[in-house]
Amino acid sequence: MITVKIDKKIKTYKGNSRLIVNAVFPVGTVTKVYGPSGAGKTTFLKIIAGLVTPEEGMIKAGEEFWLDTTTKINWKPQQRKVGFVFQDFALFPNMTVVEHLRYATDDEVLISRLLQIGQMATFSSHRPRFLSGGQQQRLAILRALALKPALLLMDEAFSALDDELRESLITEIKILLIEFGTTTIIVSHHAQETATFADRELKIDLE
Amino acid sequence: MEWTPIWLSLKLAAITTLILLAIGIPIAYWLSRKSSLFKIIAEAILTMPLVLPPSVLGFYLLLSFSPNSPVGRWLLEYFNLSLVFSFEGLVVASVIYSLPFMISPVKSALAHLPPSLAEASYTMGKSRLTTFYRVLLPNIKSSLWTATVLTFAHTLGEFGVVLMIGGKLEGITKVASIAIYDAVDNNQYNEANQYSLVLFAITFVIVILVFIFNRNASRGPLE
Repeated sequence: MITVKIDKKIKTYKGNSRLIVNAVFPVGTVTKVYGPSGAGKTTFLKIIAGLVTPEEGMIKAGEEFWLDTTTKINWKPQQRKVGFVFQDFALFPNMTVVEHLRYATDDEVLISRLLQIGQMATFSSHRPRFLSGGQQQRLAILRALALKPALLLMDEAFSALDDELRESLITEIKILLIEFGTTTIIVSHHAQETATFADRELKIDLE
Repeated sequence: MEWTPIWLSLKLAAITTLILLAIGIPIAYWLSRKSSLFKIIAEAILTMPLVLPPSVLGFYLLLSFSPNSPVGRWLLEYFNLSLVFSFEGLVVASVIYSLPFMISPVKSALAHLPPSLAEASYTMGKSRLTTFYRVLLPNIKSSLWTATVLTFAHTLGEFGVVLMIGGKLEGITKVASIAIYDAVDNNQYNEANQYSLVLFAITFVIVILVFIFNRNASRGPLE
């Protein structure tokens, strides 16, 4: 169970606003986070990952407090080690597909399996600049999964995939998420994108 | 034509570049991260050699390194080292003089990398040091080459600072640029021309090599 209570000041075109979220994410669930543009959805994911610190808040994963501003606990992103699929993919231009996965894990069996799932085996020696947008996005997802994360955060992670490929990938990813016992939070603008993936919803809006 | 000034220039440029690679890259990384007033002041100080007349920089370094100054006296007493009119002094002065040529391109390249690259690495459990060497540094390779070459070429051609700190001691501080000045001063235009041609050829070859090396990187790592 992941418990999140946060309060963060955010600057928007309307002036200063506050991102306030109180939510619980049961283990193994997939929660879709939605809300208007600029509502702080990406910031919300980054706060959970430890990349952004809120003024006030508490994040508890299982029995461990990752963040508690009252007792000044704030785990580094390296300690939280969440799987994070960035909206801009955040692929490393100097690394090939397989090097990305090896940077995340040394489990060669898992790497082969991930390449198979993402239909990326043929491109394993390619660098990101030689991949299409859809292939880059798949690689970003596979890299996050290679960590076998307890918590997977996905920011518009299926936006560059066609319907058929997305649905087949979702089926395979779901098997892995169950196997790893991963809790997933996915930010998405499109209902169709996550219809077969998410089982819960959370609306985020600024106050 | 004596080859010693050419070798001295090459030796000085190589040592300066190596030292600046070691100290310039960490400083550039530090400057590329979150800005603060202290960093702005530090960057302004580190950039001063770029805009200061070399003779002004050389004059203040001469005063600082002189055995009459606290720094000069301390170096002489504890390390038996005199930085005035010595090759070691030229190295220290060159490092200070060429510092912005190493730092500026590297800092700019690091600052232009998307923050998500480092963030992705951190969420994968990688330390700042691992992220720096495995993710950030390999993706600014072309800027690193440019900075290295600029530093080398700039040191090779420096004149004012070298003259102020080192004078023109044969085989010790008389580098190629000083030798050219000295030859012209003595109406030996043929010798000055020979030194100039050698310096021109060396720097031209270096610049061509960098262009060849960077031709594949011209699109930028993220395109």
